[in-house]
Amino acid sequence: MDAVLENLPLLWGGFLRTLALLGIAGVGALILGTVVAAMRLSPVAPMRTVATVYTELLRNTPLTLVLLGFAVIVPNLGLAPAGLDSRGQFFVLASIGLTLYTSPFIAEAIRSGVNSIPVGQAEAARSIGLGFGQTLGEVILPQAIRMVIPPIVNVLIALTKNTSVAGGFFVVELIGASRGAINARGDEVVAILLSVAVFYLVVTIPLGRLQAFVEKRVAVLR
Amino acid sequence: MRFRTAGTVVALAAAGALILGGCTDSGAPAGDGGDGTTSEKVPYDEGTTMAELAEAGTITIGTKFAQPLFGLAGPDGVPVGFDIEIGKIIAGQLDIAPGDIKWVETVSQNREPFIQSGEVDLVIATYTINDDRKKVVSFAGPYYEAGQDILVPAGNPEGIDGPEWFADNPDKTVCSVSGSTSVTNIQEYTSNVLEAADYADCLDPIRNGQAVAVTTDNVILAGLADQSDGEFEVVNNPFTAEPYGIGLALEDTEFRMWINDVLEQSYEDGSWDAAWESTAGAVLDLPEPPAVDRY
Repeated sequence: MDAVLENLPLLWGGFLRTLALLGIAGVGALILGTVVAAMRLSPVAPMRTVATVYTELLRNTPLTLVLLGFAVIVPNLGLAPAGLDSRGQFFVLASIGLTLYTSPFIAEAIRSGVNSIPVGQAEAARSIGLGFGQTLGEVILPQAIRMVIPPIVNVLIALTKNTSVAGGFFVVELIGASRGAINARGDEVVAILLSVAVFYLVVTIPLGRLQAFVEKRVAVLR
Repeated sequence: MRFRTAGTVVALAAAGALILGGCTDSGAPAGDGGDGTTSEKVPYDEGTTMAELAEAGTITIGTKFAQPLFGLAGPDGVPVGFDIEIGKIIAGQLDIAPGDIKWVETVSQNREPFIQSGEVDLVIATYTINDDRKKVVSFAGPYYEAGQDILVPAGNPEGIDGPEWFADNPDKTVCSVSGSTSVTNIQEYTSNVLEAADYADCLDPIRNGQAVAVTTDNVILAGLADQSDGEFEVVNNPFTAEPYGIGLALEDTEFRMWINDVLEQSYEDGSWDAAWESTAGAVLDLPEPPAVDRY
């Protein structure tokens, strides 16, 4: 236990970086995923194709490979974000990788919600003169989002744990910080790993509770 | 590991005559360095770990599988390197043939747990002796003293001569492995440290201009330089002392002292020198063996 307390500043720093990755990639993936879902539902065939290819490509590639591509290949092409020190660059690259990897899962969750809305809703919206964007934004999505809160929270919980992969690519998040703590206190490996698990639970369990709360607030009585 | 030992005893009974025959023939130890000098076995008493292992005819040793020059496993899964040779010297003193040693991969994070759970009998894995680790495992040795150094691209374009250079150039990034002692050491000079998951991972950021050097123990850097085909070189200015020890179960003092005896004998009879020359000696000069620490 004293090993955990001794290394608490280190682990806390890692925890904050995990939270930052989760926050940036979570918000980014929600926005990007909504756009991709809209493209896949749009009446324009090329848009549907692009969105389908994007979804299948990213969600079927292992996250480790996606992040490896961003940590090694992108800088090799000279495309690393300028104006940052190396650690900042790798943090930004990992955030982008996590965002892109997570967005197809969000998109598919949203699409399943949209598909669950009776087609009569869309027909009714179109018949009173709403365009595609309005139909989707004002009628379908507000209903669909309510249906997809559980799967989206699922994706966000998975993302929380997925941030640990960035620990292998120059970002010292919780797992990276735990390597430091373990090396400093090899006599307390189990205690340190348990404390890391607790840090993850501190994020994921409230996410689950938040889901229950939001579901209750926005529930539609049918 | 107890069940495996039981199985081996059965096998040993079957092949007993063979093994005994082999023993009487081989006056020389398993290592090839004992030429001409005394090849006596370091003695041990009944009921000790040494007697147990010798009777079982096998020993399980944890080592690194990805550490060039010290412990590197090829495609066949058999590791080679200086740590491996040290393991063979110790096993040889127990009449255990190199082929009967079971090598288990240990990484920096699982060395203590593997010793504590009895999964391995010994850990010889570029394992730095320190006081926190001594609380949970015992250390024989040191059998080698490494030191932290710096690896730079060939020709040293930045002119890096030591850790002080980073204090003078705070905007230059140095790479090391997250959580390693090397990070803590270099952080005394600069805060601009990129933390990778593995030392070899540090090379791409250097090629991409995101870091200018790698810093860690010189033996690790020598391995990287050795494999890089002249793309990288070691600055060769060690600024710390890292005594490498052999990890074993806490409070098995008899075993620890016995290994210390074995090491001292290997210093004298030349088998330590031979082990070095046949492995790390390809890149690094033959060092003076360090005095063992009988704490």
